[in-house]
Formats: sequence, structure tokens, C-alpha cells
Amino acid sequence: MKRTLLEFTDSGIYCPKADVYLDPWKPVSKALISHAHADHSRWGHQHYISHEYSTPIIKHRLGGVEIASKKWGERFSIQGVHFSFHPAGHIVGSSQIKVEYKGETWVFSGDYKTYDDGFTTPFEPQKCDVFITECTFGIPAFKWPSQELVFDQIQQWWKENAEKGITSVLFGYSLGKAQRLSFHLREEVGPLLLHPVIHAHNEVVGSVKPLPHHQKLDKNLDPKKLKTALILAPPNAQDASWLKKWMPYKTAAASGWMATRGARRRRGYDTGFVLSDHADFYELTNAIKATEAQHVICTHGYTDIYARFLNSKGIYATTADTPFEDEPVTTEERTS
Amino acid sequence: MNTFAQLIASLDQTTKTSEKIGALAAYFDTATNQDKVWVIALLSGRRPPRAINTRLLREWAAELAQIEPWLFEETYHIVGDLAETIALLVHNAQPKKSSTTPLCSILNRLHSLKTEDETEKKSYVLSFWKQNDYLSCFAFTKFFTGGFRLGVSQRLMTKALEKSTGIPADELAMKLMGDWDPRTISFDELVLSKVDAAQEAKPYPFFLAYPLEEAFDALGEVTQWAIEHKWDGIRAQLVYRGGAVYLWSRGEELVNHQFPEIEALQDQLPVSCVLDGELLAHDKNRPLSFGALQKRLGRKNVSEKLLAEYPVVFKAYDLLEYDLKDLRSQTYEARRTLLERFNFNGKLLLSERIMPQHWNQVRAEKERASEVRSEGLMLKRLDSIYQVGRKKGGWYKSKVDPMTIDAVLTFAMRGHGRRSNLYTDFTFGLWRENEEGIAELVTFAKAYSGLTDKEFAAVNQWIKKNTVARFGPVRQVNPELVFEIAFEGISKSGRHKSGYATRFPRILRWRTDKSAKEANSISDLESLVIE
Repeated sequence: MKRTLLEFTDSGIYCPKADVYLDPWKPVSKALISHAHADHSRWGHQHYISHEYSTPIIKHRLGGVEIASKKWGERFSIQGVHFSFHPAGHIVGSSQIKVEYKGETWVFSGDYKTYDDGFTTPFEPQKCDVFITECTFGIPAFKWPSQELVFDQIQQWWKENAEKGITSVLFGYSLGKAQRLSFHLREEVGPLLLHPVIHAHNEVVGSVKPLPHHQKLDKNLDPKKLKTALILAPPNAQDASWLKKWMPYKTAAASGWMATRGARRRRGYDTGFVLSDHADFYELTNAIKATEAQHVICTHGYTDIYARFLNSKGIYATTADTPFEDEPVTTEERTS
Repeated sequence: MNTFAQLIASLDQTTKTSEKIGALAAYFDTATNQDKVWVIALLSGRRPPRAINTRLLREWAAELAQIEPWLFEETYHIVGDLAETIALLVHNAQPKKSSTTPLCSILNRLHSLKTEDETEKKSYVLSFWKQNDYLSCFAFTKFFTGGFRLGVSQRLMTKALEKSTGIPADELAMKLMGDWDPRTISFDELVLSKVDAAQEAKPYPFFLAYPLEEAFDALGEVTQWAIEHKWDGIRAQLVYRGGAVYLWSRGEELVNHQFPEIEALQDQLPVSCVLDGELLAHDKNRPLSFGALQKRLGRKNVSEKLLAEYPVVFKAYDLLEYDLKDLRSQTYEARRTLLERFNFNGKLLLSERIMPQHWNQVRAEKERASEVRSEGLMLKRLDSIYQVGRKKGGWYKSKVDPMTIDAVLTFAMRGHGRRSNLYTDFTFGLWRENEEGIAELVTFAKAYSGLTDKEFAAVNQWIKKNTVARFGPVRQVNPELVFEIAFEGISKSGRHKSGYATRFPRILRWRTDKSAKEANSISDLESLVIE
């Protein structure tokens, strides 16, 4: 039986029965938004529907848009089609979107990780007939270490730098990674300073999930008195001119891509910490098995390879092109 | 092994020479003498014998990671480095402890492993992978697959050793030359023992030419200058003292063993001297392409066959020392006059110079660059002294413009790692008529993006919409887009479908004004080849 509850169109993932789009990339009249990252939550739709945690973040980033908020698991109908949001564990408010109609169930994963990071509402697997999955890290080279190990590495790196009078500059995406880091990092050797963009995001995210308070990085701070600091900044600040004031400093990035040496070197970071808000290869596979889906559609990342792998394991899988990015786009930083 | 793996990680985490030296020196300060000898051996290209071929390593890694061979290969393609791929796939994410087995015992074992049977080899390798963390697995697997590529030259390593032992780096470089076996030599014998000859091997710091941005006329009176062709080889100093020849590359590494024919030049040299010049692949009459010289580089042993096929000469252009007297503060003219009295023939040649009377003559000579297989011209002021490093005023280089051709984008391959969803490696074709008289595109070069970020994004979007076939990471696209490709040189090649190999091809610009039909043909490419 050919299932057509959702289809891929030029504007986005579309539900013709309900006339709504999921994370559309072109302006539409009604959009369900999985999470607030810029490549999923775009400007220009007439009506937005998102999880209640995402709402203030989307408003912060897109301005005065009209958003209807939903709770986890709350079922609502549009033209007879049932929709609900379920935790995806990627960033605060990130949701899988379940679509049900006459006994047929589709789940669109959005971006997700199954690892419980202690801050983000953990992923909840949903049974379905068709599962639309991301596969950003869908090759077996990606196997995440435990986050405790990674946070220890970061603390150690910070401590070693501080002892040498070198400021630590850690790059992580301003929405998601930055909150996970500022929630877990401990100010043992110096203050944690937040780049203004991250500081603003922490305020907004903090309104739905409490975060520890950290000082904002601003022009009036005297770098000489703050050599033991760790500055948390978005990746696009890597070449920013304010950084020069903090010489000497060491840079590092917290990202899943840091698992490979080439990626770290190409970006010119001194150190890489393997910390991702996406599922690794093994987590993807477990998550997909748990859905018991008869058809898996791989949307972004190593789609061809990962779909072939699923088929080799007896799980029917196809691919679909979407303009979603590997990790949140850097342009997101410019919108705030 | 643990401390060695940590060393590899710290060397990998910095591009700063001072920090690399610091990390290595710190290792030399604390490691055991036996391990130190091994690290010196590894960083000077003395790797243990390949006990296991990479086909078996791939097989075993895929087996341990429980993945099929095709998935291993796809993963390898994306990660880009075999040892790294294997380490990522097989490492124990929760090892009880990192490997405390001394580096020297592992490397000694690798020497004996070669003669063991496959079952023993496999069980040794698998048990290491299963027990160890990512870093140790990476370093261990590298012993089988190849160099570490850490940006650690032999020179840098000797600098670190100098920092740790207090023995001057030049003396250490001398000591580390030649044949020695890390299994049998001790640290005392290799490094700490006294060597008198060391002083005698020392080269001078190289004087480097400044790129000439302005027109020749800006250099003033033409008769103050001599010109030479800028040879497309490797800059080197030939030091002849105490009856021995030492050949130093510009990276100040001793490269004697790579060029035995130059080492044999001692009979041709009248007295102790230091020559500055170029190592150049050269047949009886003229220079060969840089590609020919490349065949001779990075080899531990040079076979007779290679020596005959790609002969190398030393083309001298300056004399820095004569009869143990330092000539660097004398004028170029004086040094050169003395140099020209040497006996040049066979493997020792003189870089001919021209004393121009007019700048037009210089311009005309530059036009001949590709004809004589040079990269352009060198201009040397007659009254200049031999300085240290790159200084304005004395020596200038004027390179010829690259050759360019308009080619059609035919295939695109996605990049590695972070850029794995972007198409970064492009294949280009030129037109040629096949036997039936139909024009078809023949691959002539591959190039990475030389485009702006904006163009790059646009080309990527276009590729996604214009894919006609997929082969793993490669997409064949509609032959529509035309790019101007620049390259430094071109030579005939039996290995390339087009029949020609280009040197350092790169994208110069996107010719949005041209349709595929207007792109160049293979015969246009042929016309650029100078026989």
C-alpha cells in the first residue's frame, strides 16, 4: 500500500489532507515547527504551531510571529488529521511531530538525540508506520563518548590553560549546545563568560528551563584580569575582532564533527571536544528499530549510505532531499 | 604507548612550531631512552616494516565493528585517513585503562610480527583494538598504515631534541643521518656520543627571493642586475667539507640518501666549498618536469632503475664558502665570478645567467620560460650580499602567469568530515571528437574549489538539481557549467585519459558567460605543451 499522508514538496514536508507543512523552507500559510533552529524554523509563515518551550525562542529569533503552543503529547486535529509533539532531545523544545489519520501513523523526527543530556527533555521513541529521520552522523565512525568524559576533558583543558594564564575560548552553537554547556560546566578555575548572543539565548531558554547565571562578555571587561575565564561563543565568532583583546587564548569547539581530525583542522581549532546534539550512528539505528516503522525516509546527512545500511539490515528505507543543515546554520547567529 | 599517543594528540592540536617543539621536548625529557630512540626513528622516516597489509587491516576492522565491507569503504572515504577510520570504528569507548605497554615493546613486536602467521597477527591486532581507547588505537594502527602527518619535520624533531639534550640541532641532524637500527642502537650511542664531523656538515641559512610585484623597470638601472631562469626543482645547499658531501634541502634536512648521484660529486669539487643551487630532474640536455623530480622524493631507498629513469642534477647558482672561507658578505658578482671557475659537467651544472642591456631583453627572456622549462626569472643585484631569509632589494623572482583553459564540470565529489554534504572536489572535461566524429568530454583535471563562498553555494545547489548519476560519493552532472582552470605546467601522461597531466590545477573563475559548447578542446590543451 502506498502511503501518502506526508509528501516532500518544493516548499517542505506537506500533509495534503490537513493542508499544513512540517518545518517548511518556503513561506506557507500553516507550519508545524519541530524546533527553533533557523533551518527548521524559518521566517515568513502566516501561522506557526510549535511546542510551548520552542515558542518564546522562535519569537526571540523571528520577532512578532503568530505561534500556537502545544504540550508534549497533546493531540490536536486539523481537518481530521491528528498531530502531536513528542520530545526529540535535540535542544530545548525540540520535538518529533506525529501525524495520524485513519490508522496510519507517520513520525517526522526533526533533529534528535537519544542520549539524555540532563538538561533537554529526553527523547521518547514513538511507534509508527513511516519514520522520517535525520541521519547527520549516519556512518559508523561516529560513536559518542559519554558526556561526563567530555565535560571532564573540557574542565581539564580550561584548568591547564588557566594555569598558564591563557584564556579558553570554546565555540558551540548559540542555541542548544551553549545551554547544555553552560548548564554543566563548573566555574572551578575562573568565570564562564557568555558571548552576548549566547547570553540572550540563555535568558530566553532560562524562562522555560532554569539555567545557572553567568556573566555576559562585554567590551568593558578587562581581559588582563580575566585570564582564567572560559568564553563561550558561537562558531561564527571565530574570526571576530574582539577576540584579539583576549590574547593569549586557546580555542576549542564542542561538536560531533570534532570526532575527526580533518574537520577540526580545517576549521583551525586548537582542540576539539566530541559533543553532539544529534544521535550517533548507533543511537540512530536503535531509535529507528524502536519505532518499528515499515518504511524509513532518510532526510539529511549521509542519506544514501545510511539508507543502504538500513536496507541491508532488512529495514525498508529511502531518501529524500531537504535543505536542512548538518548542524544549526551559522547564519542563525546573525538573526539575533 | 599511552604517553606516545598523548604526544601524537598534542602535536596534532597545534600548528605552531614552538608548541610542537615544546610538546616533543617535554616527551624527550620524560620518556625512557629506548622509547626515545623509537620516536626519533619514527619521526625521521624509519618506520617498522609493514607486518600486515592494509587489505587485511580493513577486513579485520570491519569484522570487529560488525559492518559490511562497503560500509567500511564509505566511512573510510568520508573520514579520509585509514588509521583514523579504523580507530574510530574499533576503539573501546569505555576502556579500563589506556595502554601502558612501552612503545619500544610494541615496535619490537611489530618487527617480529612480519614473520608470524596470519592467525597470530590477527589475534595480536584485534586484542589491541579491543582493549584500547581511540588515541592508542589510532597511533597503533598508524604503525601499519603510514606516516603520522603531524607537521613534524626531521628538523623540528632535532630542534626539540636540542631543547631537551642541549646538543645543537645541526650536530644532532648529522648524528641522525645514515643507517641505524632503533632495535640495536642505544640513545647514548645515537644522540649523546661525541661527533667531530658535525660542525663540518653545517649549511648556511638560505637567502630567499622577494616576489616582484611591479614592472621590471621599477628595479632601476638594468645593468645593475643579472638574470637567471627560476628552475622548477628543489632549493638546496651542497656542503663539501672534510672530503664529504652533505646535501641540505631548504627545510634544512639532510637529503643525501635521496640523491646518491649528488653525494658522489666530491671528485668534481676542487676544495672545500658550499654551493647554493637547485636539485633538478634533468636529462642530457635539459630539465625534466617537476613531476619527474617528484618520483625521486620521499624515498628511503633509491633504486638503480629510478636513478636511470629520473636522473637528478645540482644546478649551482651561488658560492657561499670557498676553501673554508665564508663569502656571504662579498658581492654576488664576486661570488659568481669565483663560482664560474668550477668544473661544470655531468651532475654538477651551472645555472646560466644573462647580463641584460635593456629591460625588454628581460621581458623577452621571461617569454622563453616554458620553452626552457623554468617557472620564470630570478633577478639578482650585482652588488648584493647573501642575506638570511626573505629580504627586499637583493634577489627578486618573477614567475610566469599560469596557463589557463576553459573546461566543463562533469563530476562532483563531496568533501570530507564537516563538508561531507558539500561538493568540493570537481572533475573537468575538455572536448574531443571520438572515432565516430562525435564531440565528447574527456576528463583532463580535478580541482578543488577556488570559488567564493557565494559561488560555491550556488554551484552546490546547481549540482544537487543537475545530477544525472550517483556513484557512491560522486555525482555525475549535466555538462553545462564552464570554469576557467589555471595550472602551472603540463606534460604528456600515459596514466591520464586525456593523455596529459597538469600541475597544480585550480579553479580561476566561473565562466557564467560561456556555454559548454564554447569550452576548450583537448587539442587546445595540446597546443600548450612545449616539447
